[in-house]
Amino acid sequence: MEFLPTLWFILIAVLWGGYLFLEGFDLGVGMLMKTFARNEKQRRVLLNTIGPVWDGNEVWLITAGAATFAAFPYWYASLFSALYVPLVLVLVALIFRAVAFEYRGKAHTRTARNAWDWAICLGSFTAAFGVGAMLALSTTGLPLDANGDRVGGPFAWFNMYAVLGGIGVVAFCLVQGLAFLGLKTDGEIRTRAARILARWLPLALLPLAAWAVAVVLLNHSATALAPLGLAVCALVFAWIHARKTNEGLAFTGMGIFLLAGVAAIFTAAYPNVLPSTIDAAYNLTVANASSSPYTLGLMSIVAAFGLPLVLAYQGWTYWVFRKRISEAHIPDAHAVTPIV
Amino acid sequence: MDALEIARWQFGITTVYHFLMVPLTIGLGLVVAVLQTVWHRTGKEEYLRMTKFWGKLFLINFIMGVATGIVQEFQFGMAWSEYSRFVGDVFGAPLAMEALLAFFVESTFLGLWIFGWDRLPRRIHLAAIWIASLASILSAYFILVANSWMQHPVGTEMINGRAVMTDAWAVFTNNTALVTFPHTIFGAFAVAGGFLLGISWYHLYRRRQSGIDTVDADGKVVVGESATLGRNRDKIDYRVWIKSLRIGAVVAMVAFAGVALSGHAQAQLMIQQQPMKMAAAEAACHDGTGFSLLSIGDLRSGGATTCDDVVGVFEIPGLLSFLAHDNFTTEVKGVNTLLPEYQEKYGTHLPDNPIYGDRAGTEINYLPVMEVTYWGFRLMITLGGLSAVAAAVALWLTRKGTVPQSQWISRLALFGMLAPFGANSAGWIFTEMGRQPFVVAPNPSFEGIDQVFMYTAAAVSPGVSAGEMLFSLIVLTLIYAVLLVVEVVLLTRYVRGGIGSAMPELHDRPDGSQKDTDVLSFAY
Repeated sequence: MEFLPTLWFILIAVLWGGYLFLEGFDLGVGMLMKTFARNEKQRRVLLNTIGPVWDGNEVWLITAGAATFAAFPYWYASLFSALYVPLVLVLVALIFRAVAFEYRGKAHTRTARNAWDWAICLGSFTAAFGVGAMLALSTTGLPLDANGDRVGGPFAWFNMYAVLGGIGVVAFCLVQGLAFLGLKTDGEIRTRAARILARWLPLALLPLAAWAVAVVLLNHSATALAPLGLAVCALVFAWIHARKTNEGLAFTGMGIFLLAGVAAIFTAAYPNVLPSTIDAAYNLTVANASSSPYTLGLMSIVAAFGLPLVLAYQGWTYWVFRKRISEAHIPDAHAVTPIV
Repeated sequence: MDALEIARWQFGITTVYHFLMVPLTIGLGLVVAVLQTVWHRTGKEEYLRMTKFWGKLFLINFIMGVATGIVQEFQFGMAWSEYSRFVGDVFGAPLAMEALLAFFVESTFLGLWIFGWDRLPRRIHLAAIWIASLASILSAYFILVANSWMQHPVGTEMINGRAVMTDAWAVFTNNTALVTFPHTIFGAFAVAGGFLLGISWYHLYRRRQSGIDTVDADGKVVVGESATLGRNRDKIDYRVWIKSLRIGAVVAMVAFAGVALSGHAQAQLMIQQQPMKMAAAEAACHDGTGFSLLSIGDLRSGGATTCDDVVGVFEIPGLLSFLAHDNFTTEVKGVNTLLPEYQEKYGTHLPDNPIYGDRAGTEINYLPVMEVTYWGFRLMITLGGLSAVAAAVALWLTRKGTVPQSQWISRLALFGMLAPFGANSAGWIFTEMGRQPFVVAPNPSFEGIDQVFMYTAAAVSPGVSAGEMLFSLIVLTLIYAVLLVVEVVLLTRYVRGGIGSAMPELHDRPDGSQKDTDVLSFAY
């Protein structure tokens, strides 16, 4: 076991876990814009619970991508090029979603606002599904040749793991979004979110759990059983508290479920970073896909300094915007009209 | 078209587009931070209004930069997997540092700034915009370190067929990066300066058109007030625009001086590091000392050895030598001298390697597309210079406190805002196209690592089909086109709305009374 590549494998897992933990609820809230909110005021409440933080959350995705590039260039190159078409769709989704957050409130007509709402809802869904599918395929394998390039057509990657990972992340985001609304809003939204959460939580976490179990079974990994067990306990814990409408503990429980689940998945996959379904000899592993010890050492110093700092100021941001938002807090929309 | 050509078009389109938003974000961000600081220190309301108005336009633009930036981060792996494998060890590091040390900071603190009005203590709120703005500049540094390494690889050795970083200090203090960074940042301030100037001019002109501001017999401004629209068009409003205009003009002129000086330093490095790019910038077939003002003939680089019929019509003798060598006599090598040198060093034909696909074994054309490099270089200089002259003229025309009541000058000021954007795009297109046929240009000035280079033809993803590339090229181009229209429409609407578009309270509470404390100061 090489120390630095393994450390970076763990750090990449941390970045993906951090991304799903943080952007999980804001992708969920995005999807709920069209499916849960009942009127314009409610949609704006939803939007404003994530308004100050969604962009910072999304940087976790960019950092996960860039860190993979720096630490495991072969993993980055093979995974991203093999999943070319789905990643184009993820990018389109993220573009529309980001722009919609900023431009929605500036729309003058109901039609335009409605279009931006759909952009947020479908953008959040597509991004969650795409990232889930990508991570599932990275842990279960893609049809790669000796050079690490995809064999077969643009959709040769498609299999049930992709669907399972996609649904797993989408469903997790939805319930995590509901729990977040329970924490961040007041009034009708809060009570309704809590009710739906209590009913759907176990079912919604099932596909993600199934993905983790599948990766553990595929790799006959005994070490991954510990985090997997923790994930199952966290699921039960979250469900109990969701039923008691303890939103904070339910949210925490689901967060632990996610992080333990990601830990189980990555532990089981180790030392593979991206298996080849064509020939195990073509597997990309921690050893053969990584950058040089020099680069990994440099990046370790940067991460040791940068990552705690990110956690500190992002944590502080959540504290600054800790107040619950209700419909009464939302100012009237104002139309911008030409001065002359 | 094959996958390589489509991937190149896609990279070009998405990057040039992304870099329409980036310079405005970088330039305007710092301007807003300074304005808010002045407001914080002096308490003068015009600076609050300036902060809010320019801050609003800044945000409308910022989000487009964020949205299109994600494409950049993913695109290397998706469309350029061979490139990513070859350079990842050294090129990935600055990108990862950008995300971890700069972009995280920028996004988080901008969120704090946007939603933090009246919620954060005023000093901390002010600090938030400073931190976000400085992080955007730091971000530019990391990205330019990555790009400069492609222009001039340093701190690297070839190990097992890939570039491996051996000296991070060399990579992060690459002289190419150290001159490109100020050039790019000053270019961003040229954009911001022009933006302030054009829009402020428009509002001062509208005030004159509405008969609010007039001029006396000496041509000096007599500032008036309009009672309609609340406090939207009072005397403070006048001060907002005249101050913004002057700040913009000064920023644009200082920025141009910085761009020119750093550009000169860049040219001197380019002549050593990428002599062919310099020759192609001049469409210079033969060695010489003159800077071409107009060259005619077939600039198209058809074959590798046809650089004979380009004729310089007007030349400034000695200027090219000054740009490159700081004197007027040292000859700058032309294409016909350089081509044999490149062929001798790096070969005449691409290797018979499957990585090159159908191009394996074909002749290498070391000459960039000269139409693009020659005109790109000139367009950059012309547009940049015109912007600076226009800024000086604007200061002179407004010396008596307002703008002339002339519609065509007002239109010129508005459309003139596009010139610095154009200069930035032209400069980047020139420098990236001028690097061809290399994606990582060889480094002739460094002993021993001359062999760290990569042809663009080898960089594209072998596993991605031309159809997939075409799909994404069409999808992204269409979406970008639609979003550009949306952004321009929104910016126009907010500009035409004046200060009231960013401060509805000027409208809603014309007496300056306080708002209901329960309601959020800012909400999406």
